[in-house]
Amino acid sequence: MAAHRRLDVSEVGDVTVVRFRDRRILDETSIQELGQELFQLIEEYGRKKLLLNFSSVEFLSSAALGKLITLDKKVKAHTGKLKLTNIRAEILEVFHITKLHKLFDIRDDEADALASF
Amino acid sequence: MTNSPWTWVSDQTLPSSIEAGHQFIREVLARLEAAHWTSQDIFGVHLALEEAVVNAIKHGNRLDCRKQVSISCKLSADTFWISIADEGQGFDPNAVPDCTDDEHIQLPHGRGLLLMRCYMTRVDYNDRGNTVTLEKHRKPL
Repeated sequence: MAAHRRLDVSEVGDVTVVRFRDRRILDETSIQELGQELFQLIEEYGRKKLLLNFSSVEFLSSAALGKLITLDKKVKAHTGKLKLTNIRAEILEVFHITKLHKLFDIRDDEADALASF
Repeated sequence: MTNSPWTWVSDQTLPSSIEAGHQFIREVLARLEAAHWTSQDIFGVHLALEEAVVNAIKHGNRLDCRKQVSISCKLSADTFWISIADEGQGFDPNAVPDCTDDEHIQLPHGRGLLLMRCYMTRVDYNDRGNTVTLEKHRKPL
């Protein structure tokens, strides 16, 4: 698998665990790159179970939320599963305000998410 | 001698580049931190400014380097106020669909206005829709 610029990717069993290298996901170029790297996992490498760990993320813009929505559609189109974990309270509030907590499967921590696939 | 409550007042003209917008936002956040605003309030202002400033540069001025974004902002002990004007045609904020409706929730865009309204105390647009005024009252300590 090619090296990633924006992501740290590891495998736990058949689950692909993704961590973000950027603390703040807001710059358009970074969001584009990040999206491409995430889409690649699904479309090129055929990963079906994706876990995004947000523990390092302190801020994200609505453009980043848009990219996650597109990712969710791609995962579902490939009959995969996407789970989000370790989202700090301030960002979790953004998911609730936008009602995106209804769209995404959000878990408290990685162990909980891994057990739920 | 004046009795102005404002401890920082700034009028700036930004070029239509995202980097210029982010540089300005960083300046505002540093002012709020220096004034000991809570991280929760700073997060809210950051989110609202990210949406408003980037909207003006990207959607208002369409990243046209011949166009500028005019900003007036001021900070007092308990209030942050800002007006952001672009040179675009403007838009009707009331015509933006509710992104929380089931029908629209999967759209990858259109959440900026909702976030500004949730995190700021007041959000107003002028009639043309190319100037937004935001106001945030900090939470009492």
